[in-house]
Amino acid sequence: MLNPQAKLVADPFAADIAQKPTRDGYGLGVIEAAKADPNVVVMCADLTDSTRNMEFKKQFPARFIQAGIHEQFLAAGAAGMAMAGKVPFITSYAMFCPGRSWEQVRTNICLNDANVKIVGSHAGVSVGPDGATHQAIEDIAIVRPIPNITIVSPCDAIEARKATLAGAKMVGPFYLRLAREKTPVFTTEESPFEIGKANVLRDGNDLAIVACGPLVHNALKAAEQLAAEGIQARVINMHTIKPLDEAVLLAAATECGAVVSVEEHQITGGLGGAVAEYLAKSRPTIQEFIGVPNVFGESGEPGELIERFGMGVSHIVAAARRAIERKSK
Amino acid sequence: MGAQSRSRPLTPDPNILRMPHLHDDEVKRLELIANKLRQHVITSVAQAKSGHQGGPLGMADIFSVLYFHELRHDPKNPMWEERDRLILSNGHICPIRYAAMAEAGYFPVEELMTLRKLGSRLQGHPERAKLPALESTSGPLGEGLAQAVGMAYASKMDGKKWRTYCITGDGEHDEGIMWEAIHFAGKNKLDNLINIVDRNYIQIDGNTEDVMPLDPFEEKYKAFGWHVIGCSGNDIQDVVRALEEAKTLATKPIVIVAHTTPGKGVSYMENNYLWHSQPFKAGEAEKALEELKAEEARITAETH
Repeated sequence: MLNPQAKLVADPFAADIAQKPTRDGYGLGVIEAAKADPNVVVMCADLTDSTRNMEFKKQFPARFIQAGIHEQFLAAGAAGMAMAGKVPFITSYAMFCPGRSWEQVRTNICLNDANVKIVGSHAGVSVGPDGATHQAIEDIAIVRPIPNITIVSPCDAIEARKATLAGAKMVGPFYLRLAREKTPVFTTEESPFEIGKANVLRDGNDLAIVACGPLVHNALKAAEQLAAEGIQARVINMHTIKPLDEAVLLAAATECGAVVSVEEHQITGGLGGAVAEYLAKSRPTIQEFIGVPNVFGESGEPGELIERFGMGVSHIVAAARRAIERKSK
Repeated sequence: MGAQSRSRPLTPDPNILRMPHLHDDEVKRLELIANKLRQHVITSVAQAKSGHQGGPLGMADIFSVLYFHELRHDPKNPMWEERDRLILSNGHICPIRYAAMAEAGYFPVEELMTLRKLGSRLQGHPERAKLPALESTSGPLGEGLAQAVGMAYASKMDGKKWRTYCITGDGEHDEGIMWEAIHFAGKNKLDNLINIVDRNYIQIDGNTEDVMPLDPFEEKYKAFGWHVIGCSGNDIQDVVRALEEAKTLATKPIVIVAHTTPGKGVSYMENNYLWHSQPFKAGEAEKALEELKAEEARITAETH
């Protein structure tokens, strides 16, 4: 059953559930962060509207910085601004920052321990018709090995707003992974959110589905279907990929004995990899991986692409059955 | 924003205009310091058994002027809020910066002998978190200027009086990020930023104009909206003159194109691109020090 502590909306599966992109939540959050801290600034790389910074630009014109299509400068220049006391949010498509500017992120922001907030929008295949060139599905993998950085992939627009505020408050490099497409808003203002603390959205002891980003909603739907078959899945919203909530993960592995990781990212190096790395050394556990299976994306409608690359509800259900079968052997 | 930084007082006293021409004693003092810094470069790189010599030696006069004449800084209070910021973009020439910081009193001179060693604060390329007032983590080319531009922008936003100085290499201008940063600084008229380019015409694979031509170098900066000042980077008088001129300029960022002799002060290294960086063979460091000590004696004996 759904965990009442998670304080989700009354019916997360309603056909008419509100839909918003996670980037919208960032757009609201950064304004609140700017009101709370005069050092918060936003740097854009010619994508002000699609990274949801128009309202910030309007309300804080002197704190909005147009970097031009200069993503390497965006990251390194922000490190300089941070050293002069600013809290820069640098915003682009995840493909270009941290993608194109990876070395600046690694050396000038993370090795330098600069207080820069990297906001990578349009992550995942659900960018849709723009195609593989613009679908960042390797971003977690390239950022995760870098020391000093915190990585958060919020599950809906409300959580994205909270994550933006939390990122502004914490000191140090921070990567916020956002999506372009509208997705269900199933958490509420009352839902708990703390960086590094995973939320158990649904209780169950037959297996644990560990998910991040908007696909957490698919994980919940899959758990409902599994329940109809008598399988009780625990659903964990692992919004913080680094640092991983090891306590919640260890409890899940111990009590459920099987894990399915779910992410809109290459299977290699993402959330599933992080989960496997931890469990392999702490409590080896059967694991199935939902994610992009070592191929590039392509043009299509977001919903079609999620199905095409094996991240739909039916795929999660099938992976859960496989995990349970393996567990029983 | 452009007008704000011009009201910044000249050091040390806003009521006293500095003479554009240095007294001979001051030149001599700075030359002797530059000589001392060169000796530190040789001894520290020799003990490290790796590292760069050509660039550090060529930039010794500029570092002498910056740390002992130009910058507003306080080695006893390294993180002083109002200090001028000096960013070393071509981080591989850090032995000269470490030498200048040690001589200025940021840390004991003996610590120079830990350069590039395990546990040292003096990393092979600068790391801000390791050493106070190092200001940036840079070395991968192009990233120091970008950080300096970000700092200068933030400083202007807050109406701060401190300046950002950046030292870049000429070969470094092959990097795309350099032109991203130069573009942004020009658009935003960052006249609180002075970029000193070590125009020594060498990079690892040879002459800059053969590897990837940079000329017409000055015209490129002008086209991106910068003031350009030329200077002879191994002439203390001329370096000071260029910096004084830079501070009279407004509404645009300033680049000082400093023509230097790589390996300056050691005859067998001068203008030899192989000495961008190569390990010393037996006797080479000793010969370099011998030449530098002879030069030290000559400067000391000089009378005007």
